Amino acid sequence: MYKLMRYLRHYKKEAVTGPLFKLFEACFELIVPLVMARIIDVGIRNNDLTYIIKLGVLLVILGVLGLSCSLTAQYFAAKAATGFGTELRHDLFAHIQSFSYSEIDKEGSATLVTRITSDINQAQAGVNLVIRLFLRSPFIVAGALVMAFTIDVKLALIFCITVPVLSMVIYGIMAATIPLYQKVQKGLDDVLLATRENLTGIRVIRAFCMQQKEKEEFEEKSNAFLALQILVGKISALMNPVTYVIVNAATIAIVWGGGLQVNEGVITQGEVIALVNYMTQILIALVALANLIVTFTKAIASGARINEVFDLKPSMASGERKEAKKEEVILEMSGVDFMYQGHKEAALSDLNVVVKKGETIGIIGGTGSGKTTFVNLIPRFYDVSKGSVKVNGIDVKEYDLDILRGKIGVVPQKAVLFRGTIRENLLMGNAYATEEEMIQALKNAQAYEIVMNKSAGMDTLVSEGGKNLSGGQKQRLTIARALVRKPDILILDDSASALDYATDARLRKAIAGNTENMTVFIVSQRVASIMQADKIIVLDDGKIAGMGTHGELIKDCEVYREICQSQLSEEEVTYETK
Amino acid sequence: MRQNKDTFHKILRQVRPYGHILVISLVFAVISVALTLYAPILVGDALDKILGKGMVDFNAIFDILKKLALIVAINGIAQWCMNLCNNAIVYRVVKDVRTKAFSHLQRLPLKYIDSHSYGETISRIITDVEQFSDGLLMGFSQLFTGVVTIVGTLFFMLSINVRISLVVILITPISLFAASFIAKRTYVLFKRQSEVRAEMTSLVNEMAGNQKTVQILGYGKRALSRFDKINEELRKCSLKAIFFSSVTNPSTRFINGLVYAGVGIVGAISAMHGVISIGQLSCFLTYANQYTKPFNEISSVVTELQNAFACARRVFEYIEEKPETEETENAKELGAVDGSLKLADVSFSYNKEKELLKNLNLEVKPGQKIAIVGPTGCGKTTLINLLMRFYDVDDGAIYFSGTDIMEIKRDSLRENYGMVLQDTWLKSGTIAKNIAYGNPLATKEEIEEAAKAAYAHSFIKRMKDGYDTVITEDGGNLSQGQKQLLCIARVMLKLPPVLILDEATSSIDTRTEIKIQDAFKKMMEGRTSFIVAHRLSTIQEANVILVMKDGNIIEQGNHETLLKKGGFYANLYKSQFS
Repeated sequence: MYKLMRYLRHYKKEAVTGPLFKLFEACFELIVPLVMARIIDVGIRNNDLTYIIKLGVLLVILGVLGLSCSLTAQYFAAKAATGFGTELRHDLFAHIQSFSYSEIDKEGSATLVTRITSDINQAQAGVNLVIRLFLRSPFIVAGALVMAFTIDVKLALIFCITVPVLSMVIYGIMAATIPLYQKVQKGLDDVLLATRENLTGIRVIRAFCMQQKEKEEFEEKSNAFLALQILVGKISALMNPVTYVIVNAATIAIVWGGGLQVNEGVITQGEVIALVNYMTQILIALVALANLIVTFTKAIASGARINEVFDLKPSMASGERKEAKKEEVILEMSGVDFMYQGHKEAALSDLNVVVKKGETIGIIGGTGSGKTTFVNLIPRFYDVSKGSVKVNGIDVKEYDLDILRGKIGVVPQKAVLFRGTIRENLLMGNAYATEEEMIQALKNAQAYEIVMNKSAGMDTLVSEGGKNLSGGQKQRLTIARALVRKPDILILDDSASALDYATDARLRKAIAGNTENMTVFIVSQRVASIMQADKIIVLDDGKIAGMGTHGELIKDCEVYREICQSQLSEEEVTYETK
Repeated sequence: MRQNKDTFHKILRQVRPYGHILVISLVFAVISVALTLYAPILVGDALDKILGKGMVDFNAIFDILKKLALIVAINGIAQWCMNLCNNAIVYRVVKDVRTKAFSHLQRLPLKYIDSHSYGETISRIITDVEQFSDGLLMGFSQLFTGVVTIVGTLFFMLSINVRISLVVILITPISLFAASFIAKRTYVLFKRQSEVRAEMTSLVNEMAGNQKTVQILGYGKRALSRFDKINEELRKCSLKAIFFSSVTNPSTRFINGLVYAGVGIVGAISAMHGVISIGQLSCFLTYANQYTKPFNEISSVVTELQNAFACARRVFEYIEEKPETEETENAKELGAVDGSLKLADVSFSYNKEKELLKNLNLEVKPGQKIAIVGPTGCGKTTLINLLMRFYDVDDGAIYFSGTDIMEIKRDSLRENYGMVLQDTWLKSGTIAKNIAYGNPLATKEEIEEAAKAAYAHSFIKRMKDGYDTVITEDGGNLSQGQKQLLCIARVMLKLPPVLILDEATSSIDTRTEIKIQDAFKKMMEGRTSFIVAHRLSTIQEANVILVMKDGNIIEQGNHETLLKKGGFYANLYKSQFS
């Protein structure tokens, strides 16, 4: 949390004046009992009506001063806190943009989202409260103590005992309950998880006739949760009664001790009343502080989580190079090894690949053979562990990342569209695309009919995550989005899996026919999708098991032959080799 | 209003089992409030015995303080007991309602689940239940103590002095007005804030949630500028909302100060004339300090109660949602089955406007392998929904082993099916537990055998704790293909008379798929199976291939006859190789 305090740097003025005005307010509040004591001791005793009214007006003036100070403080606190939150949010979002795939894999998208949203809100609320209230309570306690000493040293000793005892009790209860509350939260998460699981798996649960069992499990979880809640409840229910008893015990002591002192003539009756008042103020201040601590610990926990993200430094630095050489060879991988962070085995090893400009490359292999990893190395989404990847004759590490990725269009396995119109989605691929270019891209991606069939055409709204489109429609639109970029290299990572064979074939034909000079990488599980490629790379367990045309591979590559046999009939396999 | 009354009755029904605790809680509340109010009077009495030097009546003070100590002690205990009672009621009612809601989930028709988002249902079972009980019961007890406090204070004040009481009674309502005035203003501001927050969350969800796609498109900088725009908007409206809401406390404190000053002046004048004693004045001052608190609490409780009622209504709505139709009285348990199925004139639609299946007829002999192909939305999955009785037919009948499935107990029917869906579902827990889902009594050996048959054994062995590896929610740490293998293992263990595979191997590479199919073949010897698949290679061996389009079976036959026919299927098949 302290590290995050630098986000208050533009709000130093507010962060200092806020608490200051809060202190002024507290001062005015502390004077009130003294004024009342004067009214009793001087005004009533001397039957002095004007004095009483004068001091009464003074009370009102103190109130007005307190109100204006307090409002000023609240405004500064709100300003500093929102400023803090806004700048922090900006930096965190920008920081996440700098992550490479490795960091995203490590942290997980879902966590990043909660960090930016709820964690920052929590931290912001914490800052606001600290500025507004955190200093106020200790100050009231200290001030009341000082005031007590100015009235009578002996009676002030009662305060000296009560304040630490009260603080310890409050602290003790909090210390005992906060970790338990975390467990309660965990219990609630369990219950939530069970509910979600039962919803998503409702068909399977019914198919396996497990409803009764699931109910029993849930009941068990609920009971554990209940026991925990009751336990925490028992402890935290002590807070109010115990503090009440302590303060009143102190009051009794003050009245008795006050009686003794008044009898000696050391203090007056009004001053005893003032002391009783101060005791009440201490109680109110400490309870407010205790409530604050809960919010504060939450804010600190959020702050720590936010810092975790900041501490995650992007593992790859962009190069400087803006220009590429004109080369015949567009991609060259030599001696490439790659291992995912935290994995024991290499995902890819000893890859040597040369691809010429304009070629179509098919990549095939079993689940987990490294196909996606392979293509992710080209736009430098990951850095290789060993060897080098060169695009246009230059190592990808030397490129400015924006320039490198600007040359490449990637269509990932999972088709992701964003909320907005179809046109906006296409423009995300290339902000400067013209209407004609977009239509051409849609046509090539076999997606034009989707647009044509909608009454709003290009202005058809895509809902979040593209929920209003079918899987195949989404895939075709994401392909169009990549084509709008007019990339030198197009990577289709199993991105036609939801298309039927006919559409898939038309798509490949259109891409091959309308995009001269574009180098295309097609990753697929289907032999039919890559059979006609200029070169096919067969991956098996992260190694190249074969490379060549369909005809060559059918003859020489055992793995490829098996894949073909699993998908095509005998005649088709041999037919194609002719 | 009537709705509220209705909801209120339902709530009462939930609380009834704990009625006795509620009554005890209320008794303790009354005791606690009365004693809290009585204590200042005793303190005032004691102060009256401290008049000045040499004028202190120690005997009287001692007696009063003894009484005070007793009262404080009793009050402390009463408060604690009241808290415990409240906790017990709240937590237990939550648990009851939640368990009920969860059990209801297991009985709801799939129609409900499919037509409501998971988020909505979850928030009813988790959040709404929580808010309903928290808000309602805590709100109720606060409301009760608040009212008792106000009435009690009025009573005690009036019994001491009418004139000063009038000062308190007249000024205090201002605080109520101020509070509700501010609350109304801030409500609008908070609404605006939460709107902007929602906008921000949805942007962050899309951008940070799909960080990889954002990088593919080089959209980071543009995303950041969109983010900044919303962020700035959020800063502005948060500042307003936070500031205005934080005005409430200082304002009510100020009005409280006015009451205090008023009581001070009028009280002092009265004391001057000997109408009240100084101790009584001090007692009044304490009341003046406390009197606004219940008012403020009540005003906030009212909104809380409204919210709680709304939540309660949603929860009850959900619990009262019509469950699956009751089983007919003479519903049978199936004995030995042959696995034959017959669909006679089946019609079905999800909503009345759009007819889906029309007069569908199909006869499946025991041991046959039925494949279903067709474009998306043709009714493949619907057919499965009907076979499993996830939905009931609108017209016609389905016979399982010669018995109308409407006359079979649902669980008994489903026990005879083994189902693997494209959307894999795994439960958080160990791998072994997941494979044994539906067969909790399966031995370790049986589990391993099933895993081996599904070709999952080798990857499970490679995991950290083998079969005891805990997988997170929905198998987050497994690949889609691996998840499918586990789901297949689960069915392999069950060995059902009828097997339903809905795109069950879509994410598994074709080589492994072939092996699994061999395993299925062995397993399904003499059993009936339904297969929905995209890859035509997986279904060529089926006894009957059903080609579905727009809810009708348009072609029917085996691979060879359908190819010869040269219809829809033949086209689909050829398109693979074009």
